[in-house]
Amino acid sequence: MTIETRNGSWGTRARGIGLAAVRGLALTLVTLPGALLGFTLSLVSISLVPVGIGVFTTPWVLTGVRAFADWRRVLAAEWCGVRIPSAYRPIPENANAWARTYAMLLDPATWRDLRWLQVDMTAGFVTALLSAVLVFYPLEGLAVAAGLWRPLTELGGGYWYGFVHVTDQTSALLAGALGIALLGLVPLAPRLLTAHFRLTRAVLGAGQGELAERVRVLTETRRDAVDTSAAELRRIERDLHDGAQARLVAMGMDLGTIEMLLDKDPAQAKRLLAQARQSSADALTELRDLVRGIHPPVLAERGLGDAVRALALRLPVATEVTVELEGRPDAPVESAAYFAVSEVLTNAVKHSGADRIWIDLHQTEGMLRISVTDNGRGGALITAGSGLAGVERRLGTFDGVLAVGSPAGGPTMVTMEIPCA
Amino acid sequence: MRVVLAEDLFLLRDGLVRLLQAHDFEIAAAVESGPELARALAELEPDVAVVDVRLPPTHTDEGLQCALNARRDRPGLPVLVLSQHVEQLYARELLADGTGGVGYLLKDRVFDAEQFVDAVRRVAAGGTAMDPQVIQQLLTRRAAGDQPLARITPREREVLELMAQGRSNAAIAAKLVVTERAIAKHTANIFTKLGLEVSDDDNRRVLAVLAYLDQDR
Repeated sequence: MTIETRNGSWGTRARGIGLAAVRGLALTLVTLPGALLGFTLSLVSISLVPVGIGVFTTPWVLTGVRAFADWRRVLAAEWCGVRIPSAYRPIPENANAWARTYAMLLDPATWRDLRWLQVDMTAGFVTALLSAVLVFYPLEGLAVAAGLWRPLTELGGGYWYGFVHVTDQTSALLAGALGIALLGLVPLAPRLLTAHFRLTRAVLGAGQGELAERVRVLTETRRDAVDTSAAELRRIERDLHDGAQARLVAMGMDLGTIEMLLDKDPAQAKRLLAQARQSSADALTELRDLVRGIHPPVLAERGLGDAVRALALRLPVATEVTVELEGRPDAPVESAAYFAVSEVLTNAVKHSGADRIWIDLHQTEGMLRISVTDNGRGGALITAGSGLAGVERRLGTFDGVLAVGSPAGGPTMVTMEIPCA
Repeated sequence: MRVVLAEDLFLLRDGLVRLLQAHDFEIAAAVESGPELARALAELEPDVAVVDVRLPPTHTDEGLQCALNARRDRPGLPVLVLSQHVEQLYARELLADGTGGVGYLLKDRVFDAEQFVDAVRRVAAGGTAMDPQVIQQLLTRRAAGDQPLARITPREREVLELMAQGRSNAAIAAKLVVTERAIAKHTANIFTKLGLEVSDDDNRRVLAVLAYLDQDR
């Protein structure tokens, strides 16, 4: 039983080594020509971009390179369990050749591919070759000893196996002994193949640090978003409970009393009716304010540009609004941008002492850029718990950023950028 | 007087129809969407249109756009716009052509039937009916750092607010329980302080005040 298992494990190991050798050989045959071809074509194609031809060939060539790299990713996972994440940015659908080329050249993964092709045709090639040679060379020594030396030496000149010059059966046996000694290195073959794929991962895989940082940011912003929306919901619940809901209860009670008083005391009933009407008006006002805080109607009706204009018209400070937007950004982005602007404006009016504010909204390269400038006294800071920190957190959920330039003495310029492609 | 009414909420539309009919208005059409409103305004030639800002199918500001378009085709077509919220931005667009015959009120104002019907009549007659909230917003914005406005007395400010809403001297006098002569004196003072040309025409007077309050500094 034990022996069988040992035999079995020996068999599996031998099979693993043999497989590694064959795979190494296959890789050797493919890497060098594949990488050379891919790299040369990419280089030529990219350098032809300024001439114009490159614009049409580059997407094809780079797509080929990506397929080649993806195929190696599959092999790495299947043969050695080395997972190399594929992290290409999606190419816009229906994009023209120029947009596709541009998008691909902007993708850091493209440049990672090209770097990898160079490593693959050198170090990658050598590691793959070694994993094959490590297995086949000792076998060759044994074959030489077994008689292969005869045809080899007859070809003329003499034949070297390692440092052994094979001329006759004796030296051939020596070569065989060397082959047996080299057999000791055979178990290294699978490891070398794994090393080959590790090398591939080191060059081809997106930087782990980069990914870890991204995960950290996403975790943080997601927690912030959840916290913020939970707090918002609590506030809305409280406002409804203490406000509109309470007023409707009061109104219902008044109406009940009015019903009772209608015949007995019409004067009192009339007074209560006026009170009920006032309650309903107050409830409406409170609901209106609440709605404005959740999603301003003018934002829903007109979009970001006019909503910010309407906001500016409510300010006691003269405000100039410039808007250059094509179409409407996604509703969540629109809403986040609106509330960010609203908060920044509230800050400016409250603390800056400015008598003029300029708001600029525009959209370039898939980015919504907003700047709010005032001619106040400056000195604004993003401190914990301040309105600006809240804005920064809110924008973070959308991978947006906030920058404040506010020297003492002013002016203050708050800029925000939110991706909105 | 023939009215075209556009409101998508059935209860409110029904209520408005009954309210207006009770005050001797003839409902030429009561519609519930933007395209229907556009057709009604073009074909029925009403004396006044009462329009909700937000209408189907887009539920954006279709009602307002329809009203503005209709006024471009038929300058001075009286339009009273109703909304759940008032925006100075929309008020400015309605007043932009400077011809009057526009109203812009919160839907809440319907609660006070007499005042609401008065507003519809005023607009139909080429006058103006601006929501007190719009005027409040204008004044708050204007008041900061505006020298002429700072010289106005609290009583004059009250008169100014009511005047900007579109009310006549007689209506303001009744509301503030003073004589019309007293109001005439106040308005003359206001116009002198703001540097505006005094006019006997109620409408022109209101539009001048609104234009003054809405100008950008």
